[in-house]
Amino acid sequence: MILSRALLKRHTVLPGFDLALGFALLYLSLIVLVPLSAAFLKTFTLSWSEFVAAVSTPRVMASYRLTFGASFLAALLNAFFGLIVAWVLVRYTFPAKRLIDALVDLPFALPTAVAGIALTAIYAQNGWIGRWLPFKVSFTPLGVWVALVFIGLPFVVRTLQPVLEDVSRELEEAAATLGASRWQTFMKVIFPILLPALMTGFALAFARALGEYGSVIFIAGNMPMISEITPLLIITKLEQYDYAGATAIAVVMLVAAFMLLLTINVLQAWSRRRQGGL
Amino acid sequence: MSSVAAALHALPATAPRPGVELSTVRGATTEPVWVQRALIGAAFAFMTLFLFVPLATVFFEAFKKGVDVYLAAITDPDALSAIRLTLIATVISVPLNLVFGVSVAWAITKFDFRGKNVLLTLIDLPFSVSPVIAGLIYVLIFGLQGWFGEWLRAHDLKIIFAVPGIVLATVFVTFPFIARELIPLMQAQGIEQEEAARVLGASGWQIFWRVTLPNIKWALLYGVILCNARAMGEFGAVSVVSGHIRGETNTMPLHIEIVYNEYQFAAAFAVASLLAALALVTLVLKYVVEQRVKRQKRSTGDRAE
Repeated sequence: MILSRALLKRHTVLPGFDLALGFALLYLSLIVLVPLSAAFLKTFTLSWSEFVAAVSTPRVMASYRLTFGASFLAALLNAFFGLIVAWVLVRYTFPAKRLIDALVDLPFALPTAVAGIALTAIYAQNGWIGRWLPFKVSFTPLGVWVALVFIGLPFVVRTLQPVLEDVSRELEEAAATLGASRWQTFMKVIFPILLPALMTGFALAFARALGEYGSVIFIAGNMPMISEITPLLIITKLEQYDYAGATAIAVVMLVAAFMLLLTINVLQAWSRRRQGGL
Repeated sequence: MSSVAAALHALPATAPRPGVELSTVRGATTEPVWVQRALIGAAFAFMTLFLFVPLATVFFEAFKKGVDVYLAAITDPDALSAIRLTLIATVISVPLNLVFGVSVAWAITKFDFRGKNVLLTLIDLPFSVSPVIAGLIYVLIFGLQGWFGEWLRAHDLKIIFAVPGIVLATVFVTFPFIARELIPLMQAQGIEQEEAARVLGASGWQIFWRVTLPNIKWALLYGVILCNARAMGEFGAVSVVSGHIRGETNTMPLHIEIVYNEYQFAAAFAVASLLAALALVTLVLKYVVEQRVKRQKRSTGDRAE
């Protein structure tokens, strides 16, 4: 009764608001909010200078460079090929299209550890693909990038597909009637419609890659300063019972993740507006 | 050619003049055949390098040393206990998130209240948190140096490096799945049917079981499938809280890691192949249910118009 009186904006005949919202809030708090706030509270046991020192040692800085850099480049490749895959799946017909469409979600469904050992085996120097390459992939930063491409693959495809399906053919016909080439139509008519969704997909893939652990640690080789990702560094600190140090790095990653979440929300709102306006 | 025909079919206004051969006419809204082929080829190449080959590798490596080695690997006592623990964690975490998903979706989609958007954002929060951090936060609370560490030790209870910790971490990482599938569908369905049932004298539970649940059952199943797949496959979060005690606190993905690090590659891939098979089953179920949800959304849309 208290919840409904305090929060409801208008009268309703439907029952269950207090029970449903009450349970949801309790569960959300116990599972997510209180534990997450524990991370922030723990860092208060450090002074500001201790915190800065913990999150900016050369080894930690090297791990940020690798994690953010590889995640960015992986999301970039996914944006490019994700656009092609989504385009091909929506616009063309070809054999086994449905199968391929369904398999796009494989990185969501395949456990990260399984993906990790499979990618390591393929891209090792005697692996199916690795033996044909003139450079090493497994156990180098390049391997980190390969794993992050794998896990980010579905995001761009899946955010673009519905938008691409909704692009009205009349706009393209109008462009063609007015003398635009197909390339001009794509660049000036279709691409601007897709851009917000493309950026959303990019941001989602980037955010996922930042926190990824399971698929990366098998293929990375995990050499400090070279191929050690930030989530692994958190675990290493934890295993040395340096809880405060581990948490400080975790808080840096959490803040980055929350800022990305905010960006994604803004991008999604933009995407909806752009679609709604057409 | 079929794509050209399809494009023309979609555009009756640009039908070819009599006498012009079909194959020489290209719709104004499609690309030359060589561009289409190149794009399809690029998509295939990308998917092959990053998806198909890894998937095939899992099964190839698993059976490389023969069926005997495969069977020995998955019937190993440690492997069996890992499978059991994975099932326990899943059987607890999926129903918990199911109840949460339904109740939060009910509150959000059937009522108009202050703070709704904040709540919507908070539901998605676990997706943006690294699995490693998901494990870490429970260590900070229930670990030996944690908030309740002293108390738990005094009462001889163990959460971290034990099964409850693994369940908690699994619940956290699978938290949003079911709510996320339900909310958009229930929003589209509106509240008219429930209101009608209420006016006709149905109680809250009657409304839920007889009106709402039949409307959302496919989306609910879809959410459960996704939640289940992630619960069984979670690695990072579980790894932090498990303690890696063989035969006791190892889930399937953790068992794979241990066996792999001992250079028993065939055994690691054997257990991995079970999870890969589960992933494929998930994709098939997901596809089937997705078609149902799409159909339902379409009919909901029709009704709204």
